[in-house]
Parts: sequence; C-alpha cells; structure tokens
Amino acid sequence: MQPHHAHVPLEEAQPAKLLVERITKRFVTKRGSVDALHEVSLSVEEGEFVCLVGPSGCGKSTLLNIMAGLEKPDAGDVLAAGQRVAGPDRHRLVMFQESALFPWLDVLGNVLFGLKLKRDLDRKMRHQVALHYLEMVGLTRFQRANVHELSGGMKQRVALARSLAPNPRVLLMDEPFAALDALTREQLYFDLQRIWGKNRKTIVLVTHNVREAVCLGDRVVLFSPAPGRIRDEFKVDLPRPRDINDPELARMAHRITDALKDIMNQQAAAT
Amino acid sequence: MTRGLRAALFFALLLAAWQAAVSFGHSSRLLLPAPADVGRYLVRAAGDGSLLDASLVTGRRLLVGYLVGLVLGLPLGMLTARFKVFSDTLGMLALGMQTLPSVCWVPLALLWFGQTETAVLFVVIMGTMWSILIATDSGIRTIPVLYARAARTMGSRRFHTLLFVTFPASLPVVITGMKQGWAFAWRSLMAAEIYVTIITGFGLGHLLHYGRELHAMDQVLGVMLVIIAVGLLADRLIFWPAQRYLHRRWGLEV
Repeated sequence: MQPHHAHVPLEEAQPAKLLVERITKRFVTKRGSVDALHEVSLSVEEGEFVCLVGPSGCGKSTLLNIMAGLEKPDAGDVLAAGQRVAGPDRHRLVMFQESALFPWLDVLGNVLFGLKLKRDLDRKMRHQVALHYLEMVGLTRFQRANVHELSGGMKQRVALARSLAPNPRVLLMDEPFAALDALTREQLYFDLQRIWGKNRKTIVLVTHNVREAVCLGDRVVLFSPAPGRIRDEFKVDLPRPRDINDPELARMAHRITDALKDIMNQQAAAT
Repeated sequence: MTRGLRAALFFALLLAAWQAAVSFGHSSRLLLPAPADVGRYLVRAAGDGSLLDASLVTGRRLLVGYLVGLVLGLPLGMLTARFKVFSDTLGMLALGMQTLPSVCWVPLALLWFGQTETAVLFVVIMGTMWSILIATDSGIRTIPVLYARAARTMGSRRFHTLLFVTFPASLPVVITGMKQGWAFAWRSLMAAEIYVTIITGFGLGHLLHYGRELHAMDQVLGVMLVIIAVGLLADRLIFWPAQRYLHRRWGLEV
C-alpha cells in the first residue's frame, strides 16, 4: 500500500448555506390534490448538520429532493450559497436510502464515478482522491470488490465515500441508514460523525428515527404531515462524538418524541 | 464428472433407441437411416469440404444479418423506452412485427429482391431487429430510477447518463434480448435458406433443402445435427462469456 495521502489534491469546497423559502409542493392524485409541503421555510448554515424528522408522508424526503433539484416545487425557492436551485448539481449530492451503487462498476469505479465528471482532475489524481475516501470509510481492501459481494453496511459506506469524493458543498442524505441492522448503524453513526468532524460539510439528513437525529444533528427539525409543515425545532448541544446509547441523548430524544406525539395528537383532534 | 456421465449415458441410450428403431422397425431405410449412415454422410461431407463451405456461407449471413439487426434494434429500443413519441409509434409497430413469424417475409423478400443475398439478409434482419428492439425497450424500462437520480446529483447530464448509467444498467436485460435476437436470427436464416434458392452461396439450409429433393435422409439428418451444433457453439462462444461476466459483476443469473 503506497502512502497516497501525502499529495492527495483535496481542495476544500466551501460548505454552502441553504435557504428554503416558502416551498409548496402539491401532488395531484385521482382523489384530489394533496399538499406534500405547504409554505415550508428553513435555513441551514454553512457546515451545519440538520436532521429532518417526521412520520412518513410528511414531505421531508420531498423537501430533500427539491433541495437537490431533483424535483421542482410548485411555489417557493431554494437558494444554495445565494444561487437559486434550478436542477441537480454536483455541489449538492444526494445519498439515498437503499444502495444506489452501480452494480456494473466495482467499489473503486463507483467512487470514481462522480470524480470523472470533474474536468479539472487527471486520472491519477482521481484515483488518489477515490482511494483517500475509501480509506476514510475503511474499505481500501475492497476497492476491487463487486457491489453484490458487500454487506448492507459496507454498501452504505461505499455510498458515503462516493458522495464525499467529488467534494460537494452540501450533502443531502435520505434515510441512509434505515435499511441497516442496529449494530451496523451505530458503527456508521460514529464514522459519519468522525468524517463530518474532519471536513465540515453542510449536511441535511432525513430520518424517521428521532434518536438517530439527536445523535447526528446540530439541529433537529420536526415535520408533520398533511400538509407537510415544519412544526418545531430543537438545538442539540450534546458534546461530540455522541453515542446513541448515551442516557442524556436518550432523554433528549424522548422529549422530542413526546413533542412529535403531541403534534400528531393535536392534528388528529383537529380533523 | 457424474453429471457428464449421466448426460453421456442419456445420449448413448438415445442413439441405441434410434438404432433399435431402424433394426427392428418396419420403416424404409430411405425414410429413417441408421445412425451410422448419418455418421458416414457427415464424414464424407466434412471430407469433401461441402459441409464447411456451407457452414461458412451460413455463418457469414447469420453474423451480418444479426449485426445489422442489433445495430438497428438496440438504439431504436432505447428511443422507444425513453420517449413517448417513439413508444406510441415505433414501439407499436415493433410489437406487431414481432408477432409475424419471419418466414412470412420470404415471399415479399423474393418479389422485392429476387433470388439474392439481399433477400436472405432482409429476412434475417426482419426476424432479429424487432425482438431486439422490444427486449431493449423493456430492459431499459426496468432500470431503477434511483441510478439515474444518483448520477444526476453527481453532475451527470442527459447523454452522459444515457451512455454511462442507462446503458450499462440495462446490460443484463439487453444481453437476454440479444440472445433471443440471436435465436430469432438463426431460425429466420434457416427459413430463408430453405425457401430462397440462390446461386451466390450454398448454406446449411440449402444442404437441407437439397437433401430432401434428393431423398437423401442421411444428409437431412446430418445437416440438422450440424445446425444444432452451430447453434450451441455460438451460444458458448458469444453469450457464455457475457453471462459469466454479468454473473460475476452483478451477482445475477441471466
């Protein structure tokens, strides 16, 4: 193994600030139209880690897709580093729930995919960067492995390396750990915190797991469904790295879960 | 080894049954030759080069016809999968054309092109192209949208996505379609060679046809065996490696 970190050309992309301004997204079905999101506004600071939490159908994933530029809102704007988001862009990378790794490429090929779309890197530099991120997620040994040979946790690690390698200014994560078993998930919480501690990207993570949100986020934003709206938010000041089994973290998660239940009950009573 | 043994035993039994039918049956040797007669024909035809020549002529036609069908069918299938305009027009046409057995093109090909090489190729292409088009179309439709979405957030755009995501993602299904297209090409070509008696080249289908005309049943059966062998060989040489690759990389059984 050659020491490749010495000259890895890692430019530090400035993390971007994300501004969500009065986003409304309507889904038209046979039974009528549903507001998946209703005038949602949110601001995510440079290098902040924000978790969006809510029951399924509250529009949190839709909002993530709109931030990515994969879906268009019916009203409102998303500004990334002051620029209006008009479509997907490699400065705002999305990491998906199930593995969206490409089975026709090996592990290294997957990590290289986004790098090959950066014209300013030559072949050798791309390889160095890819290997650097594979090392970061502890998968250097598996660079030539095929995707189907990896476990679920390893796949999501490759996905993380693939998302980080092109050095996006914002990382958007759509329930990236939902399909994993508890032990693997806990390991990945540590890994993600360690990596984020090193290169502070702006991260927006969508989850329905309140504990996970408290463990990872600087801020936890609560959504309620029908129509999807932001109902509350909590700042998490616990020291890092956080352990998901920490009693204080559990207490905070408990408090947020109670708040979420209250919101749901109020809503049930109102309708 | 035991599997090979089992297969060998089965085919030995089959041969024995054939020989028994010849020895103890009441059918004329003219209608049912003995295995040894067919063997003698094969040795003779291999010796005088007629079998090899016919196989080469047939192989060349098959390859050219198949490749043209592939070159037309693959991109058209991509178009019908991706654009509604094409799927409502060309896709419909392909569905209809695919139900038409390729031998039905023979009369038309004969009138349009006469007893020529072009007529044969036309029949093969018509038999191949539509099935490849439809296989490619349905293959591309089954690709998870997640792949393209992930690629787009990494900065991939239309043509890049098509070439580096959509196309490789569809490979397993496209290979299945190519295999099916190959089978169609092979059937079409045999039909064409039996019905289009041209002077420019004497293929396996022609050998079969003249075997019937001359009442040479040993030739008919012998050529049939060669046709089976060529089909199997092509499958081994062309599709086996591709399928092994897919199996290793994707973890798929295709």
